[in-house]
Amino acid sequence: MDRDRRALAAGAAIAALPLTYLAVFFGWPLVAILKRSLVVDGTLDLPLDVLTRGSTREIAWFTLWQATASTALTLAAGLPLAWALSRFRFRGRSVVEALVLVPFVLPTVVVGTAFLALLPDRLERSVWAILLAHVFFNVAVVVRVVGAFWSGLDSRLWDAAATLGASPLERHRAVTLPLLAPALASAASIVFLFCFTSFGVIVVLGGVRYATLETEIYNQAARLFDLRTAATLALIQLAAVALTVLVSGRLERRLGGARRTGRPALRPSGRERLAVAAVVGAGLGLLALPPAALVVRSLRVGDGYGLDHFRTLAEETPALLVVPWHAIVNSLLFASWATAIALAVGIPAAVAVVQRRRGLDVLLMLPLGASAVMLGYGYLLAFDDPPLDLRSSPAIVPLVQALVALPFVVRSLVPPLRAADVRLREAAAVLGATRGQIRREIDLPLLARPLAVAAGLAFAVSLGEFGATVFVARADRPTVPVAIFRFLSRPGAENVGAAMALCVVLMGLVAAVALVSERALVRERPR
Amino acid sequence: MKLTVDRIGVVLDRRRILDDVSFEVAPGERLALLGPSGSGKSTTLRVVAGLQRPTEGRVLLDGRDVTNEPPHRRDVGLVFQDAVLFPHRDVAGNVGFGPRVARVPRDELDRRVDEALDLVGLGAAGGRDVTTLSGGEAQRVALARALAPRPGLLLLDEPLGSLDGPLRLRLQSDLRTLFELLELTVVHVTHDVGEAFALGDRVAIMRQGRVAQVAAPEELWSRPADDWVARFLGMRNVHQDGDRATVTRPEAVRVVSGDAAKVLAADRDGPVVRLRVQLDDGGELEAVATGVDNPRPGDRVAVEVDPAGVVEVPVWRGGEQVSG
Repeated sequence: MDRDRRALAAGAAIAALPLTYLAVFFGWPLVAILKRSLVVDGTLDLPLDVLTRGSTREIAWFTLWQATASTALTLAAGLPLAWALSRFRFRGRSVVEALVLVPFVLPTVVVGTAFLALLPDRLERSVWAILLAHVFFNVAVVVRVVGAFWSGLDSRLWDAAATLGASPLERHRAVTLPLLAPALASAASIVFLFCFTSFGVIVVLGGVRYATLETEIYNQAARLFDLRTAATLALIQLAAVALTVLVSGRLERRLGGARRTGRPALRPSGRERLAVAAVVGAGLGLLALPPAALVVRSLRVGDGYGLDHFRTLAEETPALLVVPWHAIVNSLLFASWATAIALAVGIPAAVAVVQRRRGLDVLLMLPLGASAVMLGYGYLLAFDDPPLDLRSSPAIVPLVQALVALPFVVRSLVPPLRAADVRLREAAAVLGATRGQIRREIDLPLLARPLAVAAGLAFAVSLGEFGATVFVARADRPTVPVAIFRFLSRPGAENVGAAMALCVVLMGLVAAVALVSERALVRERPR
Repeated sequence: MKLTVDRIGVVLDRRRILDDVSFEVAPGERLALLGPSGSGKSTTLRVVAGLQRPTEGRVLLDGRDVTNEPPHRRDVGLVFQDAVLFPHRDVAGNVGFGPRVARVPRDELDRRVDEALDLVGLGAAGGRDVTTLSGGEAQRVALARALAPRPGLLLLDEPLGSLDGPLRLRLQSDLRTLFELLELTVVHVTHDVGEAFALGDRVAIMRQGRVAQVAAPEELWSRPADDWVARFLGMRNVHQDGDRATVTRPEAVRVVSGDAAKVLAADRDGPVVRLRVQLDDGGELEAVATGVDNPRPGDRVAVEVDPAGVVEVPVWRGGEQVSG
């Protein structure tokens, strides 16, 4: 009884820090938005005029439409790759798996700019550009989520179906699809959420013609200063996101219940080998195109090639208040602080989630669904006056970036924490280890690898964060994505060139981070 | 349906799994593939089912070469060791899978499902979720699922392997009754000698990717192909002498009263007692005693050997010896 109570108190203490952080840096900004939208001069005033406006309906419809189309296309593109990477083992599979994940950690602004570099002028600012960029960005989600599930299915299920007379097509219809349904629903809802709240890609590729709720929130708040309309659009978006999360959660539960019995992947044989090679080759080729185009464009000067665009990064420009390379320093500093905060909050949060605090789990995932632009806007409204006047403080940038990175930290720490075999700790205890020794000898070494991954992800996410940062970053302290955006908003080939060069730098930084945390992965022997 | 396996070989990852495997199964006949793990029996079954393409050789069904036919066009049923039921379908959905993909009309399909479930003694289980089934029930459903499309050839891969004790014996006798009732052509993989002898009209013994001997159980027991086969079947009275070995069936050794040998051990094995006896000339023999009053370790006895139960076989030099 006494021990239970003590454990309960310890659990509550662990959960206290993440809960406080979420309340102040997530809850409060949301309340501020709610207040700005619904309260006028101290009385409740529903923003019916904004809701019924034709332009609102148009924007909401386009947001929904492009997110649905992007999701469908991403599933179609990701399933063959998931099949090839999860059902078969072949030389270089782990390298391919790592390469497929790269687009997902690329900053959205970079992805958008890469498609600007890749597509012919005619398609540059079209719906197709947006959809393709979304597919490029999100294919990793499908490969990861569906692939992990697929490789856990017993390959003899297909053998059984085959001997029962099912042709390959029928096997996919009657066995593969129903069994994958929970993973498909889960991947689809994640991709849908990312596309629904997509900002960087649409701001870069949509131009003035295509606006989603997310870009319109930015437009209303930062350009037209119609804060009430912006807040109301943010509320519509929040409701849509909450609905998606609810529906997908229910769908996954209904479709779930598939037994997972892993069987080792097989080497492809005969015709399968051709199919696997074709899928992997085509997938990698297509995924390599946009970054390659970006690098080529950043080097093109007039009719020749050179490093001129990179050289201009050290020169003053009318696009920014500072020399462009300062943005790189800012980005690295902000991302370091954001990573530190995300880990400080995320580690206790993950421990609390593992201790069966499901409510906290859902709460921690919310920032993932809440749009970054909305958060940034909420920060401006909430931290404008005492007691927390952060508006002109540089701390506001890492604080909001950490919030965006938090779900990634928690997601990479919870599974290994859960999987940590209790019996290892019990064995150590029987051998005479104290609680502290167990933590030092067992828990920490086992968690070193996931911690490196979590830190790497948090750093990469913070480096590329755009939607919230563009609101809160002061004009004299821009980050790289903000600087890219400023360059792209100005006419002239030299500005586009500088944007491309900055994108290449940012891509290099993210790749370096990925490589470092990947090395941490490799050094630990896979279990 | 008649099955002909004609000199098949399989090489996987540059490792030879099967080498020159040939056998025939007549319509209505039951063949047991018996061998230690890794001997290639399951791979042989997968080749017959069409799940593994052989590197060389042919598979014929009723004289038709099906070597390049995919599994779904072979009219062959397969039961796995641990059932492998479709988790997203209930029992009836699993059993009806074959007829459904064959586009059998609804009422006929229902009838076939009921019929197949009745055959395996699970007539009332159609609506059950497959995750609620016990090991034995799951295996019966897997059998019903394989039978529902009415295959010309039924393949069983260690069908009783995941069961134990009395459950195993009961399903074994049920299988036998069913095979006889349906006059099925069956190839049945097992590593258990008792199971192979109980369910197979003939037994093919496999070792290291090759067929060591194909014969009826009685023939195998009385005339094993070599000393390895004799030891694998469980015989202990195998005495090697140069490149020949003498195999004495334990039931041919009678223990009588006398003073030419000493009882080393007496182990009860179900209804019989296995006696290990040391002859004064140094040799050891195993005898099976069926009486109710048997000698104890240390007792002095004498042995008589029925010469009809002694056979001379070649010594197998192909690999590691299997100890009895």
